[in-house]
Amino acid sequence: MDLKYPARKLSRSVLTMGNVGLQLLWYFLHILLSIWHSILAIRCFIESCFITCGVLEKYKSLNIAKLRYLAIVIESEDAHQTSKVVKLLQWLDSIGVKNVCLYDMNGVLKKSKEAIFGKLKNAKPIEEVNEAVTLHVPEHMTLEFVSYADGKEAMVKAANFIFVENLKRQNFGGEIDGQVISEPLLNEALKVVGCKGPEPDLLLVYGPVRSHLGFPAWRIRYTEIVHMGSLNFLRYGSLIKAIYDFTKVHQNYGT
Amino acid sequence: MQISNGYTVHLLEGLYCYLRRLLFKVLCVGEVPNHIAFIMDGNRRFAKKNNLAEGEGHKAGFSALLSILRYCYELGVKYVTVYAFSIDNFRRKPKDVQSLMELMRQKIEELLQQESIINEYGVRLHFIGNISMLSEPVRVAVDKAMRVTAHNNHRVLFICVAYTSRDEMVHAVYQSCKQKWSHLNGEEPSKVVKNGVFENKVEKHSVPPPSSCSLIELVDVERNMYMAVAPDPDILIRTSGEARLSNFLLWQAGTCPLYAPSSLWPEIGLRHLVLAVLNFQKYHHYLENKKEKKKHKNF
Repeated sequence: MDLKYPARKLSRSVLTMGNVGLQLLWYFLHILLSIWHSILAIRCFIESCFITCGVLEKYKSLNIAKLRYLAIVIESEDAHQTSKVVKLLQWLDSIGVKNVCLYDMNGVLKKSKEAIFGKLKNAKPIEEVNEAVTLHVPEHMTLEFVSYADGKEAMVKAANFIFVENLKRQNFGGEIDGQVISEPLLNEALKVVGCKGPEPDLLLVYGPVRSHLGFPAWRIRYTEIVHMGSLNFLRYGSLIKAIYDFTKVHQNYGT
Repeated sequence: MQISNGYTVHLLEGLYCYLRRLLFKVLCVGEVPNHIAFIMDGNRRFAKKNNLAEGEGHKAGFSALLSILRYCYELGVKYVTVYAFSIDNFRRKPKDVQSLMELMRQKIEELLQQESIINEYGVRLHFIGNISMLSEPVRVAVDKAMRVTAHNNHRVLFICVAYTSRDEMVHAVYQSCKQKWSHLNGEEPSKVVKNGVFENKVEKHSVPPPSSCSLIELVDVERNMYMAVAPDPDILIRTSGEARLSNFLLWQAGTCPLYAPSSLWPEIGLRHLVLAVLNFQKYHHYLENKKEKKKHKNF
């Protein structure tokens, strides 16, 4: 009598049951994770309400001077909600944060630029601001609009600019000698090709995941990256908390 | 009594190992990250917190690294990148830099020993960064480690030393310019001096006039990144609760979830890795979608 077939069938059944068991355990772990995230979200919501109502004393005074330039990354699918973006900018204006960079991967915010400026009373685009934005204390807001194209593609443009400049020198009869591609040189080249904005001190991410979604890499060396959740759940208290926590951070810059 | 205690400890260790592997089997039902990057922050604070001598924090950090590597490889992660020493760290006190260099040399030698995790899992070592900035003994150890492990092809450990993202981008732009220059001059690319200096006395061939058209393309720059030898990270973990990247993988981590547990690096454990992987699995489709959109559209 052949016993191999039932034995094989049994082992396949055991294997299938084992796989089902593993899958169930996997779903269970993810359910636990979702419960944990929900608890954190509820805690954030309650804390945000307390901050908005002024119950928590420590959030009443913010050392805004430390936050010279703020970047906001918004999930492109939410960036169409111009009214929410304007509300966020109005809150920032009232807090005293005047220099803001708005980023979304797909460039939706760039297309909504006019609508946004139309709804804000005292905002200017960074292109119209001559001085180094972070050095002065403006009465108006300065807004910069950035998308994915201003990151890696801009770096390529800067590389081509440097390359062409060196080609020109060669054609003028000079030799290419001692030309060093250094950080300051590349920084200047990036400004020439249109990437004028400074490095943000703080980057707030309004989206499902804490990820900068392709914000220009050159500009975020020491930028604090904070996840705020979806733009659909925009809360004033959470914004205050994020800025307050940033003002308490101490950086060594590697030393 | 001592023998039975030893036996119990051995049994418990075996049980822990079995449960860990079972947990990893559960995690493998979902997507397993191919590449995890770590910023190993908090060694000095750990030493201070536990009243340890200077340098002991980093030694504890190395032990933590070995544990995390084991967990990653058991889970099935192929690429692991660690930020061991930044170019910014050279600004520390010379005595601290010197002792870190010496520790690095010792630990590289330890990794190459027969019974180390590197041989156990067939790990290839890659050192990423401006290696010429390291002291001579460390450079020798680095060269040896890369040579000795070059034949390993199951897993890869990238150790970023004398590295910053900006330096990596500058290097990539320089290399791209140099290659394009050689191409236009009809020359073979010759040996490069690794300080970004164009070669002197380039022969005057007739080169096409500069134009506004794109000569260097994104693929050229990406190909010349130090980290071009690996796929972009799927998860980036920074310990000590710090929320910044500190000049690490800025170019590569655009669509990568950033996870910042508050534990110091020597305190990192299995639970942090498991949480990071579960978060990655939860948002995997969303981030893959972002990566696809990046490839196909110009915004």
